[in-house]
Amino acid sequence: MPIEILMPALSPTMEEGNLAKWLKNEGDKIAPGDVIAEIETDKATMEVEAVDEGTLGKILIPAGSEGVKVNTPIAMLLQDGESAGDLGKGGDASNAAAASVAEKANDSETPRQAADDAGGKVRESREEPSAKTETAKAPAAPKAAAVSDPDIPAGTEMVTITVREALRDAMAEEMRRDPEVFIMGEEVAEYQGAYKITQGLLQEFGARRVVDTPITEHGFAGVGVGAAMAGLKPIVEFMTFNFAMQAIDQIVNSAAKTLYMSGGQMGAPIVFRGPNGAAARVAAQHSQDYAAWYSHIPGLKVIQPYTAADAKGLLKAAIRDRNPVIFLENEILYGQSFEVPKLDDFVLPIGKARVHKAGKDVTLVSFGIGMTYLAKAEPELAKLGIDAEIIDLRTIRPMDLETVIESVKKTNRLVVVEEGFPQSSVGDFIANQVSQRAFDYLDAPVITIAGKDVPMPYAANLEKLALPNVAEVVEAVKAVTYRG
Amino acid sequence: MAQAAARKASAKSKADGKAQGLTTPKPAEFSKEEELSAYRSMLLIRRFEEKAGQLYGMGFIGGFCHLYIGQEAVVTGLKMAMVEGDQMITAYRDHGHMLAMDMSPRGVMAELTGRRGGYSKGKGGSMHMFSKEKNFYGGHGIVGAQVSLGTGLGFANRYRENGAVSLTFFGDGAANQGQVYESFNMASLWKLPVVYIIENNRYAMGTSVARSSAETDFSHRGVSFRIPGIQVDGMDVRAVKAAGEMALDYSRSGNGPIILEMMTYRYRGHSMSDPAKYRTKEEVQKMRSEHDPIEQVRARVLEKKWASEDELKAIDKEVRDIVADSADFAQTDPEPDPSELWTDVVH
Repeated sequence: MPIEILMPALSPTMEEGNLAKWLKNEGDKIAPGDVIAEIETDKATMEVEAVDEGTLGKILIPAGSEGVKVNTPIAMLLQDGESAGDLGKGGDASNAAAASVAEKANDSETPRQAADDAGGKVRESREEPSAKTETAKAPAAPKAAAVSDPDIPAGTEMVTITVREALRDAMAEEMRRDPEVFIMGEEVAEYQGAYKITQGLLQEFGARRVVDTPITEHGFAGVGVGAAMAGLKPIVEFMTFNFAMQAIDQIVNSAAKTLYMSGGQMGAPIVFRGPNGAAARVAAQHSQDYAAWYSHIPGLKVIQPYTAADAKGLLKAAIRDRNPVIFLENEILYGQSFEVPKLDDFVLPIGKARVHKAGKDVTLVSFGIGMTYLAKAEPELAKLGIDAEIIDLRTIRPMDLETVIESVKKTNRLVVVEEGFPQSSVGDFIANQVSQRAFDYLDAPVITIAGKDVPMPYAANLEKLALPNVAEVVEAVKAVTYRG
Repeated sequence: MAQAAARKASAKSKADGKAQGLTTPKPAEFSKEEELSAYRSMLLIRRFEEKAGQLYGMGFIGGFCHLYIGQEAVVTGLKMAMVEGDQMITAYRDHGHMLAMDMSPRGVMAELTGRRGGYSKGKGGSMHMFSKEKNFYGGHGIVGAQVSLGTGLGFANRYRENGAVSLTFFGDGAANQGQVYESFNMASLWKLPVVYIIENNRYAMGTSVARSSAETDFSHRGVSFRIPGIQVDGMDVRAVKAAGEMALDYSRSGNGPIILEMMTYRYRGHSMSDPAKYRTKEEVQKMRSEHDPIEQVRARVLEKKWASEDELKAIDKEVRDIVADSADFAQTDPEPDPSELWTDVVH
């Protein structure tokens, strides 16, 4: 049967065009690839190429026609052995869908709707958000299962170690456990780590698994993701997350999105870790906190621990996780000591907040180094007779909002503290969620304390002013508890 | 002084492909079976892409759609040179690569139409498709990103000592991205088994090589990293296969990366919405009539009487049937279930 040649769409947004010119006449032989006509859109003039072989039987839309809707039949192509007498027979069977689209288009003058009925994508659905399909309403997101910390057996010995040692121990234990785990980054091997987090790893695991890279963040992040796509489990150390800005395309576009884009076939089991946020006097380009940035991205998990125990248990979990994990450390915390349970395999759940201190008058939430402000504010608040509940989020994404909301239901007041910039901050997200999910429980507006909305200054006094401080926390708590 | 001279000599021997005997090999001698197999593979890609263009025109395929028509000999010849376990990764002009890697035409076409039977369940589209089973690692939409990822595949091969080589494809446009050179440096430093294939089709979207590149001989782009490179007639599938075998052998033997610059040409615009006004019709027509990769094989086969016109027509018919079947499937397979919105975000 003759084949209908349809008015093609030549761009994602084209709905109609002008048939400027026919380059073939009725009766002409046509081979695939031959240019048969020219079509004008508002953007360009395009050539229409024949897909099939045959003879141009009939031109349905004459040259010079304007506003020809996409999918309108513009000509009929006769195949071997057919003649003009066959033209009444309609479309080729293999083009049934196309033909039916075209017929409906003629009937209803709404070719887009017809294409949709036939299973074709409605173009410009973005401009038509009400597109009458049942799927317009997105199904609800599935709920994550609740997780909890493992029980630490009674009598377990607690050892006091620094966050630095905890991170090193976590990596060493996981590298002993799994030969596909390796670490790469600048100065991780022979120099023993710019901040000595990888001390001793080269000696134990050798240069094959402890890999010094050139100064090439974008490149080695991509190499790490590629190795992860092949199934290895890289730990990529950034000397600071400020330098990961060079690599953020590979983290977001390659690592985070591949599992989804591949329909679940291929992901990137990789950990990106290193110091994040302000250290001391390193100024604007070395002081940024990326918690809010990475927490924005579906496909990533984002962890920012405070204590040595959390650093160890969560880094081990991150290395075992099959997803890309952003593990945000802090240079100032590296040297601080905490008690860590002496267990052969201490692994903590990702996505579970930790109640640092129970209380009843106000909920204070932070993570990472932000917790230091809360730890210092707590005795001052006690002096004022305020019993604060302090929550360490530990994981920023997926966020344990349940623990926060349960606490707010009890205390009716919430203050969130972080060092990052204020706009679109982690605290903003929490405040929004609490106002939506526990509005009736709030007795005061949520206060979010963040770094000031300026690039980090160098001068010692200005740097201090740019970061949150304990007095701000105490003032915020007084405000939400309506005390003096 | 002597040390400096020695360093210079070693640099020369490593940087200059010729010093290692790495000249462009002569086109491979094809048997009848190889000619017919190459003919069929290239024809499948061409007919598939023509059909994709048609489905795009009908509104069944959305978004961006970059066709491989004209460049078929590059993936076909390289696939003939690959061995089991070698991986392939490329950018967004990827349909031909997937078909060459024996991925199912139905699965590819259904992904193009955004259906549940597509390789990514309809969630990836033209530019983002993968097959772990077939060692195809995408399908990447960010120009140049796949070069670092492909280098990472090579890193994994060396780490596992599995003898596999990563074939990492990119275009003349991507060759100007910074991460390409970061990757070259590491690949050469660590002697990773990677063959970099630069598909030079002369235009980075609408900008010709001459207008975008200070060094237009892309086979020299690895010189600073001591990576040898050769130029290959990417319109001749026999030349591609011979160069691929040489390069894969070189890289597999522990010598590190190598660059193959494939001199090729795309007949269509950069994407479906590109009218390609930056080049003349005569230029396109000249390539089509004098260098078409499929016509070259066809002429040789007929001349040697390895197949008759009718036998070639039968291959054409078989290929058309496969493509028609994939198109039917891609138009009738349902869209993904709405619940798929939330799956595969994290494991």
